[in-house]
Order: sequence, then structure tokens, then C-alpha cells
Amino acid sequence: MDHAYLTPLILAIIATATPLLLAATGELVTEKSGVLNLGIEGMMLMGAVSGFVTAKLTGSMVLALVAAGLTGMAMSALFGFLALVLLANQVASGLALTIFGVGLSALVGANWVGQPIDPLPVLFPAALAELPLVGPVLFAHDFLTYLSFGAIAGVWWFLYRTKAGLILRAVGDAHDSAHAIGYNVVKVRFLATLFGGCMSGLAGAYLSLVYTPMWAENMSAGRGWIALALIVFATWRPGRVLIGAYLFGAIAILQLHAQGAGLDIPAQFLNMLPYLATILVLVIISRDAVRIRLNAPACIGKAFHPAA
Amino acid sequence: MIRQPPAQEQHTVTDGPEQRSQPPQPPQQPKGAAPRLKLSAISKSFPGIKANDHIDLSINPGEIHALIGENGAGKSTLVKIVYGVLSADAGVIEWEGKPVTIASPTAARKLGIGMVFQHFSLFEALTVAENIALGLDDSGPIRALNQRITEISARYELPLQPDRHVSGLSVGEKQRIEIVRCLLQSPGLLIMDEPTSVLTPQEAKILFRTLRRLRDEGCAILFISHKLDEVRALCDRASILRHGKLVAACDPREETSGSMAEMMIGSSPVTPRRSSHEAGQKRLEIRDLTVPGQNNFDVSLSHINLELHGGEIVGIAGVAGNGQKELAMALTGEVRAPGREMVVINDEAVGHKGPRRRRRHGMAFVPEERLGQGAVPDMDLAENVLLTGYLRLGLVRYGSLRMQAARDLAADITGQFDVRCRGIQAQAGALSGGNLQKFIIGREIVQSPDVLIAAQPTWGVDSGAAAAIHQALFDLARRGTAILVISQDLDELMLISDRLAVLHEGKLSGAHPTHEFTIEEIGLLMGGADIGKARLAS
Repeated sequence: MDHAYLTPLILAIIATATPLLLAATGELVTEKSGVLNLGIEGMMLMGAVSGFVTAKLTGSMVLALVAAGLTGMAMSALFGFLALVLLANQVASGLALTIFGVGLSALVGANWVGQPIDPLPVLFPAALAELPLVGPVLFAHDFLTYLSFGAIAGVWWFLYRTKAGLILRAVGDAHDSAHAIGYNVVKVRFLATLFGGCMSGLAGAYLSLVYTPMWAENMSAGRGWIALALIVFATWRPGRVLIGAYLFGAIAILQLHAQGAGLDIPAQFLNMLPYLATILVLVIISRDAVRIRLNAPACIGKAFHPAA
Repeated sequence: MIRQPPAQEQHTVTDGPEQRSQPPQPPQQPKGAAPRLKLSAISKSFPGIKANDHIDLSINPGEIHALIGENGAGKSTLVKIVYGVLSADAGVIEWEGKPVTIASPTAARKLGIGMVFQHFSLFEALTVAENIALGLDDSGPIRALNQRITEISARYELPLQPDRHVSGLSVGEKQRIEIVRCLLQSPGLLIMDEPTSVLTPQEAKILFRTLRRLRDEGCAILFISHKLDEVRALCDRASILRHGKLVAACDPREETSGSMAEMMIGSSPVTPRRSSHEAGQKRLEIRDLTVPGQNNFDVSLSHINLELHGGEIVGIAGVAGNGQKELAMALTGEVRAPGREMVVINDEAVGHKGPRRRRRHGMAFVPEERLGQGAVPDMDLAENVLLTGYLRLGLVRYGSLRMQAARDLAADITGQFDVRCRGIQAQAGALSGGNLQKFIIGREIVQSPDVLIAAQPTWGVDSGAAAAIHQALFDLARRGTAILVISQDLDELMLISDRLAVLHEGKLSGAHPTHEFTIEEIGLLMGGADIGKARLAS
């Protein structure tokens, strides 16, 4: 394959993987603290619409990203209040958050559907991107793409190399023990939930400001659910979340090209491919039951009642 | 149903321990030095229960102070107040002479209070070092911490490998993590909540050496237990709680276990009594019961024969892991026997039937695990009565539950068997071990079974509850029920069973009248000798 063909392919893969990686990174932290927030899809949509509308109204991309992150956080704060403070069922609250987000984003964005916008600019000077071979792949991206890599690396470092990360994992592993030692379980979980919301909001902004620079109803198209599944199949390990997101992105793009090339396979099968292959690969590389038990947060989804 | 001899009830009121007990006073305290911890008039109530009622207590540096009492006497509540997990409703806590409020465990640790919980507060998915770091407020980098852990564990004989994950460790090792976690903060007061209940005798001995060494270095230790022999061997002073009140303080080295038990229970320990029995009709017959193990970890049962008659209590002794669990499951029907004639209740072959149908034939069970098998922790007591009682107590009519009848029954059971709880709407999981066990046994007894299978009926319950449970079994036997008790507690079996058989590697020795056995003979049988067969042959 010559690189005139290869470079756009790689760029497309990165663009497909980035929103998944952003959302999954946030949810990974949330889940590691023992909270299962199924509202990613709703938070992404709200982030997408608020980022788009802010960019349209103010013309500032910085404000747009801030708005998207804060909107995601506000949504997750709503979830956190229900599930962590009022001890509502996490699964039900998360599903409700998704439904709420789908509806509210459609309402907010009703007047903005189909309007074009200039996408989020590339971070580095154009000269760098014109370097032969590596230029476009390394330097032709926007802020959010670099953030997605920085975030997953930062989350790994936070979880496994800092005391705060240790406390977060401890809260997810045994909340009663953490409480007995004197950690504020609800506070840790609330913060982790807010981080997850912020990342989901930014993932949504990527969709409406980079991936397809416009707003359309329900434009996340199930990516929130894919991010959730990635975490499970990656057995809650940051490195594998990264692998999973890119594997999914790669196969999704390659199968599109295969369809375009007129391969004699029904399109439905090719459409299934990214899902099947990602699950298969992640399940195979993560099949050690002991490691799964050590990495899966044991308290996930369980309400914490501070008992006597 | 559990009738205590009237003489003993009076005993409580008249010449009970109150007269002998003295108000708690700090002895051997150097003049002028304040006690390390002083509690004055601490009170704490939960809905329906006064857990602590004006408790005064002081602990000096270099002292191992025992806090003893039965399950539910308020020991755990008191130490949780000291450690900042709970806050007292009233009362003053003084630390080294100054009044303090301990709002959280973090605050307690800052003062220098360390605590080893009965239920460990550990994280299975994390390593030993990470677990310890979580208990320290300034843990520093993990490598330096590993160094400190290795030092402390060498110094106090608490071997630990910092890099191992907790999930693979033994109970003794887990406890060592908790202790090292406390010691790293050089505590002024170490609280140990029933530390030996999970240890083997050898591990307990090593723990005592560690504690004595700490005491000699000036640490104050609050040692909670209801094992009185340990308290006598280890502690310098003891405070005794009963029903939330401090009832006595003593020097355990000058007391006998009997006298301390009296103070704990409020009367002489009840010795369960039974009238002589005569064997009734045959109730349960086990014929050549052979059950292959389900997997590699199970013991296979081979050719077990036993007959039980109404009115007798037969004990099954044996070292843990010789087929007790498998035998209990084969008898209750959790595992079906390969032949229907292998288990016969009242001349009816039931080997192929499951637990529910065996219950219909007059069997009742008290499983080994109270929570999860014997009762559903999140259900209240009335619902737990329904779970096994609906078949024989008529609690279902036209397919719907008679909740009121179940509630009445639950109230009956709690009254009759002295189950202390916040009423029948209490969740089973909220009851203390002894009270829940009394409840479960009571629930099975009110069904008037023809055969009762009880596995470890008094495992982990205090002496008062154990005596009550034994008395209940005696009363049930007197009414003509055949009772099979599977237990690892040989003293218990010698006390309550009429006949005794020993289980070894899935084989059962012949059953003989208990008084014909000597302890040595039983020991040999438990080790696998073939005395039973020799006896049968002679």
C-alpha cells in the first residue's frame, strides 16, 4: 500500500477511536471507584450539543470545550446525586440518564440541526503536518486527540502510581473496608463520577466539533455503549482500553474500505466485524481469571450504606 | 422451652457477681500519670437497644486490658466509639489526660489509636504493601514502605511478603497485615477485636508473644474476647460488659474462667440438663450411603451406616474436612444419594428426594453456615421463618403467604429462645451470631421435626447461647425427635450426645454410647484408627 492511501486510513482510524477512548477513559475511572454509570451515551450527546452551540454562539473553541466538559460533569453530578447520595439503583439511574440526555440534547439542539461549523483547529503549525511520512499522522490532529492519549496515560499513572489512585481502587474493591479505615467513600466516588462525566462530555464535543462538524440528533449513535463494553472486555486495564478502542476503530474503517472495494461478503457481516473482532481479541488477551479478579472493581454497581 | 433451673434465676438477683464486682479502678498506675485512655459515662443507643449505658473505663500505658462480654453485650460498639467509627450519644473521652472528640478513624489514628478489626478491613485485589499504605496517613513511596514493613514484621515476628496480593493469603496472614498496619504508626493504644477467633492455637500463641512485647514497650492494648482462658493468660485487667453496662472489673489472673463467666452471663453458667431418655422408634436410617465427591476438593462418602431413634442425640465427630460437609449435604438432600434406600426417614426411602420433600417427611436442618444457608441476611425474621417453615407450619394458604401468622411465629421464636434483636422486623444479617443461631434452631424446632440434622450448632457463639442451644436440643429430644449433631467441637459432643461416631476420610466408625469412649479412643478414631470395627467384632 502506498502512503497516499495509508495516511488517510490511519487518520480515519484515529478519528474513529478518539471519542471511544475519551469516553472509556473517563468511565474507567468511574468504574474503578465502584460506580457503574450507564449514562455515557446521554452525557456524550449533551456534551456534543453544548459544545456545538457554544462554539456557534461565542466562536470560541476553548469555551466550547469547557462547556462540553462542564455539561458532562453536570449530567454526571445528577447521576451521582441520585445513585451515591440518595442510593438509587445505579443501573436504573444510568439508563435514565441516557434517555434524559438523548431527549434533552435533541430539545436544546433543535434549532441548530444541520448547520455547518469550522472544525476544531489542528494544534500544531501546518508546517509540521507537511513533514513527509510522519507529519500528518503525528501532527495533524486537534487538541482532543492528543488529550485522549494524555488522559489514558495519565489515568494509568494516577491509578497505579499515586496514593489518591490507590484510595480510588480501594474504594472500588471493598467500600466497607475503605469506610472502616476512614476514607470518605461517597466523596471519592462522586469525584470519580464527575471525571467520567467530563470525559464523556469532551467525547461528545469531539463528535460535533471534529468528527462530523455539525449537530444532529442522536449523533453519538451508540458509541457510549461501545465505550462501556470496551472497559469490561479490557478488564478495567488502561492499556487494554487503548488497544480496544484502536482495534475497534481500525476494523470499523477497514471494513468500510472493504465494502467500498466491493468485496463479495454481505455488508451486514462486515458491519458486525468491529464488534466481533474487538470482543474476541480482548477476551483472548484477558482470559486469565486471576488477573480479571484483581482488576475488576469488586464493588461495582453496589450502593454503599455506611453501616454502623 | 429453654427452661433454666429456677435456683439460678434467683442467683442472678441475690448473690450474683454484682456483690463481688468492684467499681472499675485503675490499679498499678504511677501517681500523677494520666491513663492513656479514659472513658467516662459513655452511652450509645440504637433503635430499640441501649448498646452502651454509662460506661467508664481507663487503660494505662503498658497494660493489656481485656474487654469481655457475651455477643451483643456492647463491646464492639464501645471500641468503634473509641476508634471514631461511631460517635457516642453522651460521655467524655480523655486521651492522656485531655478531653478529646474522635470524629473519625483518621482522627483516632492521629491520636495514636490503632485497631485490628474482627472482620478485616482489607482489599483483596490489592497487594499487602498497598493495603498497609491505605491505613497510613503518610505512607510515602511504596519502596520505602516495603522496607519499613519488612523491618516491623521481622521485629515482631509477623512474617509478611509486601508484594503478594491479599486474595491468596490465609486468615492468619491477613491479620498480620492489619497488625503491621497499626504498628507502623507506633500506636499508643492498640485495639484488638476478637483477634484469636480466626486463628489456630499455634498462631494465637505467636500473636500473644507479639502483644506481650508491645506491652513491655509501653503500648496500651485493649483486648476484646469472650475466650476467658486467653484473657487469663494474657491480660492484666479485665472489664466486663453485660447488656451494654459495665458490670465488673477484675484482675483476670486472680479469677477462674468460671468466676469470670459468671460475671459475664450474670449467673453461673447454665449447665444444660437432660432427663434420661429411652430410645423410641426408628426415625432415620442411613444404609450404606456412598456418594462420590463432586470435584477434587470434596471427600467421597463411602458405605456409611447409621440408625437414629426418636429421643436420642447422636454426635458425629471428626477433624474438619473429613466429609462432614458432604455428609450434611447428603442427609439434607442438597446432594441426592445415588440410591433411594440409602436415606430412610420413618421407613420411607427418600434418598432420591431433595431438601423440600425431605422436610415434608419430617426432617429439619440447621446448616453450618448461618448467613446464606441458614438464613437470608437481607430478609427479616418473619420472612426467614417462612423460608423453611411454610411446609410444616401451614404458612401458605391457597398459594398466598400468611404474613401475620409468620410474624406471630417469629415473635414466638424470639421470645421462646431468647433471641435478642430489634424485634421481628430486624434483618437476619443484623443479628449477632449467637442470636441468629438461636433463632435458626428455634425455627427448626417449632416445626416439631421427627429428625433434626444440626451441623456445627454452636460454632462461634458465646457460652451463654451455646448452653441455651444445647438445652433446646435436649428438650426437643425429650419430645421424641431423633437428632444428629455434626460437630468439630469434641467437648460439645461429649456433653450432649448419647451415642457418638467418628467420621474419617468419608468413612463412619460404628456409633457407640458416648460414655463408653475415652477421649484417647476418639482421638485415635479421628486419626483414622479402626477401633470401631474392632469393637463391633468383639
